[in-house]
Formats: sequence, structure tokens, C-alpha cells
Amino acid sequence: MASYSTNEFRSGLKVLLDGDPCIIVENEIVKPGKGQAFNRVKLRNLMTNRVWDRTFKSGESLEAADVMDQDMEYLYTDGEFWHFMLTDGSFEQYAADAKAVGDTLKWLKEQDVYTVTLYNGAPLTVTPPNFVELEVVDTDPGMKGDTAQGGSKPATLSTGAVVSVPLFITIGEVLKVDTRSGEYMNRVKN
Amino acid sequence: MINQPDWQPTASRAAMKSRAQQSAFVRGFFAQRDVLEVETPILGRCGVTEPNLDGISAQVDVQGIKGGWLQTSPEYHMKRLLAAGSGSIYQISKVFRNGERGSRHNPEFSMLEWYRTGFDDKALMQEVADLVCGWLQCPRPQVTSYREAMITWADIDPFVATERDLHQRCGKWLEPEQLKDLSRDGCLDLLMSFAVEPNLGIAAPVFINQYPASQASLARISKVDGFDVAHRFELYIDGIELCNGYWELTNAEEQRARFEADNRLRIADGKPEMEVDEAFLAAIEHGLPDCAGVALGLDRLLMLKVGTRNIADVQAFPIERA
Repeated sequence: MASYSTNEFRSGLKVLLDGDPCIIVENEIVKPGKGQAFNRVKLRNLMTNRVWDRTFKSGESLEAADVMDQDMEYLYTDGEFWHFMLTDGSFEQYAADAKAVGDTLKWLKEQDVYTVTLYNGAPLTVTPPNFVELEVVDTDPGMKGDTAQGGSKPATLSTGAVVSVPLFITIGEVLKVDTRSGEYMNRVKN
Repeated sequence: MINQPDWQPTASRAAMKSRAQQSAFVRGFFAQRDVLEVETPILGRCGVTEPNLDGISAQVDVQGIKGGWLQTSPEYHMKRLLAAGSGSIYQISKVFRNGERGSRHNPEFSMLEWYRTGFDDKALMQEVADLVCGWLQCPRPQVTSYREAMITWADIDPFVATERDLHQRCGKWLEPEQLKDLSRDGCLDLLMSFAVEPNLGIAAPVFINQYPASQASLARISKVDGFDVAHRFELYIDGIELCNGYWELTNAEEQRARFEADNRLRIADGKPEMEVDEAFLAAIEHGLPDCAGVALGLDRLLMLKVGTRNIADVQAFPIERA
């Protein structure tokens, strides 16, 4: 198995730490003039998403984690797994479980493309694009004359996500939503 | 889409102008004091034995001369000049250290190194303060011993602490299996970097002096309070280590013994053994005049001048763009 020594550490590198795949977020060398060098490293555990602070002596190494990000189209769910297909023309399919899909579930729309992170060849996480376009399936009727007030109301989207929208939004409209904040951006003309 | 290479400098024009002014200030400072500016090779025949400094090797191939090293400091060549009777000298030069890259490190950086004949460490500390405070317009530094600083900030006495005490303190940063093969000085370096350094020179610049003899490098050693301490000093401002100075060792035999000890440490660490620089030792044998010397990181001095914590803001092209 490949490994990386402290001299190869850099942000974005995927390594195994305590048996879990992690991504290096920050790597800083600390060294008194002629003294021993250390690397102060921030790593995000890809299983738990938790950030770890670790110190390494110069020359220590970590095993490489077989982690890869791939663009995949969401196909369907059979209730237990969510099925994705590589967009590279290979038609290769991967089944992600509920843990891998996680919170992305509420943004999953068939035929849209997601980033699937594979760990040892199996889906570890599914990340939505920063913006998705989804149809409103339920919301209170729009109220005229209230647009200037800037009030808001909840709207349920086709994937089940509930977002806060301006009062003038009606059922059947397609909205652009920021998946990172869950915020409504604007209406999309269909 | 193919990414365009980052061709633009990371330093602003204002920072580059500040660098030019800094160089002019340094040259004016030494001209006034009648210290001679010199140039020595940055590509040398030998590297250094220092266990924690990794040089960058070169592939010289000329008239049967092969190999070579980019110098980690101009020290050996400058001491050869001193032995040849140059008198007090200074140099602004590029130096190279492999494996060092971070917010305060780049494998290539600018160093100001100077030697004063007839000075001891105390006298040279005064001159360092004159130069640095003259340029930064900061208050003059306080002086704290290595021992005081360790006791204050790391809660440990470096001269009497047992290995167990040291490992216990270091346990905050390293796992037990990482500590197993960490030497006493390795533990002290960890505590210096993580517990002490961030607190140094915050209110006012501070000199740390009287290092343990095991960290003497090329400095003379004396007894203080019954402990062997090195005539070595460093200056810290805003938690940044700025320079490293010595009242220089002039004993060739002792020098050779330290090189050999360095190489033993290198071998134990799985690092390549380094050829001892015989031309340097011959010069010391011939006679190095009594002198004190100091190496000061000019990029870090400039970082303090322009008020940044990132070395890339003061270097036109750090290694990623070099």
C-alpha cells in the first residue's frame, strides 16, 4: 500500500488515520531553527466528517487511503440502496446505502449529477452540486401585495426538502436552491 | 479545462519595495559600522552534518568535480574568510533547506549572516537589537533564559526534567508510540515550538539565551547555576523566530567531535551521513579569531515590517510558483 511521508503532506491528500479515511485540510510545519521539525495537521475524517488536529514528527508517514471522487448520475432507489451511474460513458453503476447518502437524500433528483466519493471502491459519501433546481409540490397560496414586505413561508420541493421561500411562490414553480445553506436563490423559468 | 499555471507573484509591489528598502537599510547599517560585505558560494562542495537540517544536493559535473550542495547557510565559507583574516563581515544570501514549507518556511529563503571579531554573544545581541529595532521601530528586546521560558510557558525545567516528565508534557501533542523514539532534545523542541514560542515577543521583542549544551551547535559552552549552557541566543517577535546567534566555537577538535556526534544522530534517524567539511575544519585549525556570529531570516523580518503572517506575501515566487 502506498504511503505518504510528512514531506508529501498537503491539503487535499487522502490518508488513513486510526483506520479511517481522512482528507488533509491543513498542514503546517513547525520547527525551531536547528531543532526537530513537526507537522501540525488538520484532517477531516471522511466517515464522521469530524476534524482532527494531529502532530507528526518530520519523517513519519501515513498510509494512502483509496478514496476517489467521481461524477455520477442518480438513477433510482429500491428503498434500501440508491443507485448511481458513472457519467464517463462506462454505464458502471454503484449502490449507495443510507449512511453514504445521508443528508443529500433531500436533494436527490433522478438524472441529476452528484459527486460520489468512493472508498475502497464503495460509495462513502454523496455530495450534491452547490445549486439544484427543484419543483415546488406544496406551499400555501401566494398572497398578493406582500412582495415588498419580504415575508416568507415554507415550501415543500419534489424531493421532500422544505425551504423558506418568498410569499409570492406558488405550487408548480421551479426554484434554484443552494444546497450548502438550504436557502432559496430564485425562480427558474421553465 | 486545463488550469493555467500560476505565473503571477504572490508578493505585492509594496512588499517588494519594502524588501528593497530593507536591503538598503541593512547595507547602510553595516557600512556605518565598517563591517565588510562579502559573497561566498551558495553552491558548495559540502553540505552540513546538522541532524535537523536537510540540504538540497546539486549535480555539479566539471573537471572531475561531481555533486555539491546548495548551502543551508553561508556559515562555513564565512568562517574560512574570518580565519583568513577578513575581520568583521556580513552577507545577504539565498540559502536552501529541503522539506521546509509552511506559513513561515520556504525551501529557498534570504538570510543575513554576520560575524563580529572581538564580540561575545552579549555584545552581538546589542547589535542585533540595534539593527532589528532600527528597522522595525520596535521597543528594545527583553532577555529571558531558555530555562525561564520553559518553566514559564511549558511548566518544565529543561535541565532537571526526567524523560518521563518530558513525555508526559509532550503527550498533549503526540501519541505514546510517537514519543517512544523522540529524543530529549526532540521533546524540548516540541515544547519550544508548541507551548513556548507562540507566547514569545508578544508585548515586546525577546531574546532567548543560555540554551542547553546539547543544543549548542557551533556555540561555546559555559556553566551557569551548575548547568552547562550554550552561548547561543535567538530573537523572537510576535511569536516568530527571527535569528540564531552564537559566541563561536574556535576549537577544531571539539568542532570535529560535534560533527561526528551529528552524524551518529543522523544515522540513528535513518538520514544519510554527511561528509565532514575538511576545508572548514582546516580553517578552524588554522585559527578562527574570537568572534560572535548570527544568522537572521530576512523574509521573516520583512513579514514583521509589512505585518503579515504568511511568507508568501513577501516572496515573489514561493516554491509552488518558482
